[in-house]
Amino acid sequence: MNFSMVFYVLGWLLDFEAMFMLPSVITGIIYHEQAVLSLLASMLACLVPGVFVFFFKPKDKKIYAREGYAITALAWIVLSIFGAIPFVLSGSIPGFIDAVFETASGFTTTGASILTNVEAVPHCILFWRSFTHWVGGMGVIVFMIAFLPLAGGSEMFLMKAESPGPSVSKLVPKVKTTALTLYKLYIWLTIVEIVILLLGHMPLFDTLCITFGTAGTGGFSVLNSGCADYTAFQQIVITIFMIMFGVNFNFYYYVSRKRLKDAMHISEVFVYLGIIAASIAMITVNISSLYSSRGTALKDAAFQVGSIITTTGFATTDFNLWPSFSKALLVTLMFVGACAGSTGGGLKVSRVQILCKSVVKEVYFLTHPHTIRKVTMDGRQVEHTVRRSVLTYLSAYMVVVVFSVLLVSLDNFDLETSFTAVAATLNNIGPGLGKVGPSANFSSLSGLSKIVLTFDMIAGRLELFPVFSLFAPSTWRKS
Amino acid sequence: MKIIVIGCGKIGEELAGVLSHEGNDITIIDKNEQVVQTVCDRYDVMGVVGNGASYPTQLEAEVGSADLMIAVTGSDELNLLCCLIAKKAGNCSTIARVRNPEYNTEVPFLKEELGLAMIINQEQTAASEIARILRVPSAIEVTTFARGRVELLRLRIPEKSEVDGLSLVEMHHRLNANVLVCTVQRDGQIVIPNGNYILRSGDDISIVCEADAEKIFFRHIGIRQQPVRRVMIIGGGDIAYYLAEALSAYGMSVKIIEKKFERCEFLSEKMPRITVIHGDGSSRELLEEEDLGSCDAVVTLTGIDEENVILSLYAKQSGVRKVITKINHITFKEVIDSLNLDSTIEPRHLTAEYILQYVRARRNASGSNMETLHKIIDGRAEAIEFTIKDDFKRKNISLQALPIRKNVLIACITRDGKIIQPRGADVLLPGDSVVVVTVDSQLDDIDDIFEDR
Repeated sequence: MNFSMVFYVLGWLLDFEAMFMLPSVITGIIYHEQAVLSLLASMLACLVPGVFVFFFKPKDKKIYAREGYAITALAWIVLSIFGAIPFVLSGSIPGFIDAVFETASGFTTTGASILTNVEAVPHCILFWRSFTHWVGGMGVIVFMIAFLPLAGGSEMFLMKAESPGPSVSKLVPKVKTTALTLYKLYIWLTIVEIVILLLGHMPLFDTLCITFGTAGTGGFSVLNSGCADYTAFQQIVITIFMIMFGVNFNFYYYVSRKRLKDAMHISEVFVYLGIIAASIAMITVNISSLYSSRGTALKDAAFQVGSIITTTGFATTDFNLWPSFSKALLVTLMFVGACAGSTGGGLKVSRVQILCKSVVKEVYFLTHPHTIRKVTMDGRQVEHTVRRSVLTYLSAYMVVVVFSVLLVSLDNFDLETSFTAVAATLNNIGPGLGKVGPSANFSSLSGLSKIVLTFDMIAGRLELFPVFSLFAPSTWRKS
Repeated sequence: MKIIVIGCGKIGEELAGVLSHEGNDITIIDKNEQVVQTVCDRYDVMGVVGNGASYPTQLEAEVGSADLMIAVTGSDELNLLCCLIAKKAGNCSTIARVRNPEYNTEVPFLKEELGLAMIINQEQTAASEIARILRVPSAIEVTTFARGRVELLRLRIPEKSEVDGLSLVEMHHRLNANVLVCTVQRDGQIVIPNGNYILRSGDDISIVCEADAEKIFFRHIGIRQQPVRRVMIIGGGDIAYYLAEALSAYGMSVKIIEKKFERCEFLSEKMPRITVIHGDGSSRELLEEEDLGSCDAVVTLTGIDEENVILSLYAKQSGVRKVITKINHITFKEVIDSLNLDSTIEPRHLTAEYILQYVRARRNASGSNMETLHKIIDGRAEAIEFTIKDDFKRKNISLQALPIRKNVLIACITRDGKIIQPRGADVLLPGDSVVVVTVDSQLDDIDDIFEDR
C-alpha cells in the first residue's frame, strides 16, 4: 500500500471539492444569503488539509489495483463527509448523520433526501446539493484525472475503480485524454439541456438545479412537489434528457467522431431503449384508468420509467398510488439500471444482458452436455473472466441487499418500505415505495438505517468492490 | 505521435511502455486478450484484441489517424502484411520486424517496394552491438555519435588503478587525456559527477572521447587493451549467425558451439570460414576440449538466460578477457549487475532503443531539435544529440554562465566538423551539434536542459 499516494490524491480531492463549492458561493452572493458564510467556512475546511499537496509530493507515484480501489472508496467517503459541512453550518440539516446522508446521496447521484421542506432551504445550499449530482455523475476522480498528472501513468486503476460497468475500456490511448473527452461530452449535453429548458421558460435557478440532477442522474429537486409543477414541455424535455444521460457515453463519443457504424454496434444502448419503450407501453395501459386522457398517462409513465431506469429519481406524480403491476415493474427497472459507462446506477443493462445470455448458455448445456458454445456480445466473445466477474458481482449485490434489508427492517416499517429503501439507495435512484415513496422522504428512518443506506449509496455508486476492499486487511498492509 | 504497435511479445511490450512514457498515444493490437489486458494495466496505452493484419481490426485501432505503425508479431510475413494494409488503410509510416536471415539480403528491396520506413531485425541489431563491443573489448558498452566520430564508452575502473582516489580535476591533470567522464555508477546509484568527484576502483563510468582516443586513457587507468582475435560463441541462433559473419569480416577467428545437428550443418554451409562444433555448450568437458580459456572473448547466446549467466561466469573464471552475455527475460537488473559479468546484451532493449531513435527523429522534423537518442547504462541514463537552431536564445553565453540543470551534462560539441571538449568558457552556436548526457529523461528540446527553460 502506497500510503503517501493515498494522502496525496485525497489532498487534491479536497482542493477540488473546495473549488466545486465556488458556484454555490456565487449563487449565495447573488441571492444575498447568510448561508454563503457556511459555504466559505466549508471551503476553508477543505483547503486546510488540501493545501499540503503543494508542499509534499510522493516520491513513488506508482500505484496498483489495490491502491486504485482503496483510494477511490476513501475518496467518496471523504467527499461525503466534507461536503456535509455546509448543510450543518447553515443549519439546513442540523444532524451530522443526516447531512452526510444527504451529501452522499448527492455525490452518488441517488437523490434520496431527508429534507421535509425543500423550499425553506437557502438557494446556495440547494445549489450545492444539486451540484454534487453533476460532479458525482461522471465521477470526481475522473475529473481530477482529466486535469492533473495524478499517478504518473497508473491512473487507469483509479478510473477503473470509479467508472461503472463490467469492463472499463478507454476511448483513446491516454487515460487523461479519455477522461477529458468524457467530460467534454458531459458538459456539452448539460449545456444543451440548460438551453432547451430555458427556452421552455423554466426559471434559471430551477433550470440549473434540475439539469444537474438530470445530467448526473441524481434526482434532487428544488420544489416540495418534485417535478409535478413543471409544464408538460419541461417534463418531456427532462424525460428525454434523463434517458439520454443513461446511455453509454461511448455511443456519444462514436457519434461525435462520426463513427456511426461503431455506435450502432453497441447493442446495450438498443436493449436499453427497448426496455424503456416496452415498460412505458405496459405502464401506460396499466394506469390508463387513473387518468382522464391517454396522453397524460403516457407522459407520466414515460417520465417515471425514464426516471427510474436511469436511476435519476425525479417524480411528476406519486407512483406509490399506482397499481401493483406498475409498481413491481418500476422496482424491476430499479435493479436493471442504466447502461454501463453512463452516469446512471443499478446493475447496468450490459450486465443483465450477459447474465441472460449466460443462463441461456447453461440451459443449452444441460440438454447438450458436450456442446461448445461461447457467449457473445456486440459480435465479440465475452471472456470467461468477464462472465465470472458479472456473476460474482450479482452475488455480492444480493448479499448487500439482504443484510441491508435486515438492518433497515429493525426500524419496523413494512417490508415494501424497507426493501425499496435499500433498492432505491443501492441502485442510486432516490425515492422508493411506501414510507420512502416519491411524496415522502427518508427522514423518518433511524440513525442506524441512515448509516446503512449511506454505505449502500457509496457501495452502489462504486459497484461494491472498491468499498469491500477497504475491509480487506491485505489492502492496508504496508509494502 | 499516434502509434499503433501490433504484436505484444517481448519487444511489443517494451515498445509500448517506452513510447507511451515518452508521451506518444499508443494503441496495441494482439490476438491474445490476456496479454492485451496485462499491458494495458501496466502502461497508459489502449488495447485492441484481434488479428493485426485484418482491416477491421486496424480500423478499430484508428489506423486512419495514426502516424506510425510498428508490426512486431512473431511472423515476418504477417508483419509485412500488417504494414501493407496499414499503408493502404491509413497513411502512416510503417516499421516491420523481419528476422528470417533468408530475407536479410532482400531488406533494401522489401523496404523500397513495400514503402516501409524501417525494417528491424533485432538479432542483427544485437549482433552488430556485440561486434561493436568486441572491437573495443575494454568497454562494457559503446555508443557512437556524430556519425561515428565521437564515442561514448562505458567501462569499469580496474583494481589498483592509477586514478583510484583521484578527483576528476586531478585526473585530467595527471593523465592529460582528452576524455570527459559523464556518469559514474557506484552501488547502483548513477550520478553525473562534477570536478571534485573522487573516483574509486570498481566504479562503472562512462566517458566521451573522439574515436580511437580512448586507447591512451585506457592504458593510463590500467586497462590493458589487446585486440580480440579468437572468439567463441555458445549457442548458434540467429544472433550467432549475424555475429559470426560480422566478426569474420573483421578477420577474427570464430568458433560456434551448437546443440542441434541440422543447425550446425546450416551454419557451416553458410559460413565455411568459421569453426562449427556440434555439442552441448553447457558441458564442461566440451568447453575444456575446445579450449575455452585460450579464447580472447566468449559470447553466450543460448536461449536460456540462466545458462548464459553461468557459462559467462565460468568463462570469466577460466581467464577469458571479454565475456558478453545475452539476457532475454531476466528483469532483475541489480542481481545481474552484481555478478561482474562485463557486458550484457538485451536484444529487446536494443531494438526498442533503435525504434525510439526513429520516433524521436520523426518528432524532430516537427519542431524539436533532437537528432538521436541513446539509452545508456541499461536505459537508466540517456545520451541525446541536439542541433542548435538559428533561433536559439542563449548563443554566445559561456557554458559556466548558463543555468544548466542538475543531472544534465554537455558532453561534447561538434562545430564545423571539429570535435570540441566543452569547457566552462565554451559557447553554443547555431549549427552546433551537442551531445547531452542526462539521468532525467524528460528532455525534448535543447532548451529543456536549462533551469529556467
